[in-house]
Amino acid sequence: MSKTLAKLLFALAAIVVLGAMPVQAASNLSGELEIFSWWAGDEGPALEALIDIYKKENPNVKVLNATVTGGSGVNAKAVLKTRMLGGNPPDSFQVHAGQELIGTWVKADRMEDLTPLFKEQGWMKVFPEGLIKNIGTDKGIWSVPVNIHRSNVLWYIPANLKKWGVEAPKTWDEFFAIAPKLKKQGIVPLALAQNWTANHLWESVALAALGPDKWDALWSGKLAFDSPEAVKAWELFGKILEYTNADASSLSWQQATDMVVDGRAAFNIMGDWAAGYMSTTKKLAPGSGFGWMASPGTGGAFMFLADSFGLPKGAPHRDNAIAWLTLLGSKEGSDAFNPLKGSISARTDSDLSKYNDYAKSASADFAKDRIVGSLAHGVTANETFMGDFATVMEMFLKTRNAAAAGKMAQQIAVKSGIGK
Amino acid sequence: MREVSRDRIKAFLTLLPSIILIAVFVYGFIGNTVWISMTDWGGVASLAENPQKNFVGLQNYVELFTGFLDARFRQDLVNAVYYSVLLLAGAVGLGMFIAILLDRKPRGEDFLRTVFLYPMSLSFIVTGTIWRWLLAPQGGVNIVPTFFGGEKLTFQWLSSKQALLLFNWQHLLPVLLYVVAFVLIIIGLFTLKGDTPKALKRYLLPGLGLGACVWLFGDLLPQIYFMEEMHGFNLATLGIILATIWQYSGYTMALYLAGFNGISQDLMDAARLDGASDWGYYRHVAIPMLKPITISAVIILSHISLKMFDLIFAMTGPDNAETGHPALNMYLTTFRANEFSKGAAIAIVLFLLAAMFIVPYLVSSYRQRRARS
Repeated sequence: MSKTLAKLLFALAAIVVLGAMPVQAASNLSGELEIFSWWAGDEGPALEALIDIYKKENPNVKVLNATVTGGSGVNAKAVLKTRMLGGNPPDSFQVHAGQELIGTWVKADRMEDLTPLFKEQGWMKVFPEGLIKNIGTDKGIWSVPVNIHRSNVLWYIPANLKKWGVEAPKTWDEFFAIAPKLKKQGIVPLALAQNWTANHLWESVALAALGPDKWDALWSGKLAFDSPEAVKAWELFGKILEYTNADASSLSWQQATDMVVDGRAAFNIMGDWAAGYMSTTKKLAPGSGFGWMASPGTGGAFMFLADSFGLPKGAPHRDNAIAWLTLLGSKEGSDAFNPLKGSISARTDSDLSKYNDYAKSASADFAKDRIVGSLAHGVTANETFMGDFATVMEMFLKTRNAAAAGKMAQQIAVKSGIGK
Repeated sequence: MREVSRDRIKAFLTLLPSIILIAVFVYGFIGNTVWISMTDWGGVASLAENPQKNFVGLQNYVELFTGFLDARFRQDLVNAVYYSVLLLAGAVGLGMFIAILLDRKPRGEDFLRTVFLYPMSLSFIVTGTIWRWLLAPQGGVNIVPTFFGGEKLTFQWLSSKQALLLFNWQHLLPVLLYVVAFVLIIIGLFTLKGDTPKALKRYLLPGLGLGACVWLFGDLLPQIYFMEEMHGFNLATLGIILATIWQYSGYTMALYLAGFNGISQDLMDAARLDGASDWGYYRHVAIPMLKPITISAVIILSHISLKMFDLIFAMTGPDNAETGHPALNMYLTTFRANEFSKGAAIAIVLFLLAAMFIVPYLVSSYRQRRARS
């Protein structure tokens, strides 16, 4: 009881002094800092590394690590929503950068604009422009990206491809040329897992069918989902599904990756956390043990997703939270976190010697490629759209009706206000 | 007289705290959910400090049953019906069967009783994870026949896209009427032997008449949806139903076993003397005496089947439309898609369905008590 009272008082105090406080990263901070995230298990150590640095810089701050487990934050997001609705926000919380944050929290006027922090720290220059565009709106920048993952990656085992006499396809046409050959040998051409990985595959396919410009137009509301181009993406997707495994919906993404590693399937399209899985769990060497390239037809485009932390309005310990955000965006912080998490830094000046071979190649691509946002991981569309899109996907997997899927997607886009 | 009224006041005061708590935390929140389900709270800015909520009447419900984007809810609802019916039939039937076997007092009855009851003590998440592994397409149950030199099974327990008993959602009204007619006829046939005039007048003739009417004039009934939409019994739900029956048949077994033990030995001996076989004893003496137990088992299981969430979540994940359930849909709609009002509407639909099972029971037990006193 007294704790809630204290929290309330803190919140009141924070509201009173809001704005009057200078933005600073001094080490004479005290009190508490509550960080809300879904990083437990494999990702826990990476978060711990960050917290250790923070504790060294701010020895008087007591860090409360509030973790709610569950992949992709399925459970954490629901807990966060009830906390925010109940008027009890954490000091800083993890959220997928982009519309997942903007559509839910910025539109609800719950977040503070971080543009001053970005300017003060010189982050406008070290983060790529395409990234800043995706994490901000015309009213401000809303979160500090901690890591970058790539969504459009095709994974394979080079030795297996040699054995089967095929090469990794650069376009979907090349894929369709080799897929029947693989199928005849009893090999699944493309491994797929449960529903969300179908969304994941769809975004890579749609990016290939539309190209980066039209992909962006889709999300700014300039291109309709039932336009002929977008329907073509669904048709291409349907054609690709013919070459996937029939038991997809009962597999996890790791099991789909296993199919590739065991030689039961030739390729898999998955985010680059698969690199961490294959090198750490499966003990394969990047490059020689497993190979990768941009998914067919998307060379030169980097479809990103990022975890980021924001500053909710009414955070009980605002100064401590700002010191936390400053650490997250710093070179030191991101180079401590990312090698452990298996992702790359959002900064273009990171110290590449700390990263493995896959991350080096991804960083190089991140610096030069065209950057577009991921749908399946919350960058381009708000949560209302994403929730309904899962239904569209299920409908399509069942009926394979491209025109209907386009029409349905357009309806949910209108309903959820895409591009507004 | 004064003594009595003072007693009443004391009783009332003792009950008061729980009355207040239940009034606020149960009925108050049900009322609040009903209210939210009639607003448009959702979408952009739904999580603002003071979200805008406008009264829209029954629009959310209309959308759920006839909206283009809510086909998934309708499939989930159909699934829920099959989940309930099959869980009830399976768990009550299997539980009763095991209870009868154990009632014969085989050797090691105590041990077996524990074995059968044990699955109850596991949480659904644990059960779900175990059964997901057992029913994996490449292993588990599917490779059992290979141990006996047979062929590997290829049935996809949790991801089959096949469906049986398909019907068009457009024709929901005639389908419902057919079901009513069918049930009436079945009841009629069962009571035909005992009370022929009543069976004919109350069940058989109305059932046949209703069926014939729908068959002849069904086309005149309004279509509730603008395009064809097929729903049916998804075979992918079989795996989940199997796991639920596995978990709950032990529970119904315990209920029945307690009931059988409560029947006095005299009755059994009397039935034996009259020449009843084992089957006859259970069919005509024991099971009819356990009607209250059957009813409570049905009520408990039906509300469990309407709240099924964790098991499905553990076995097939949140986005497997084939095995969906309104409870899961409600969670996703509310907390993932931020559509609070629609989530509330789904919750209320589930609440009414649960009431459909429970209210008749409450009414009948109330009447019985009145009749007794």
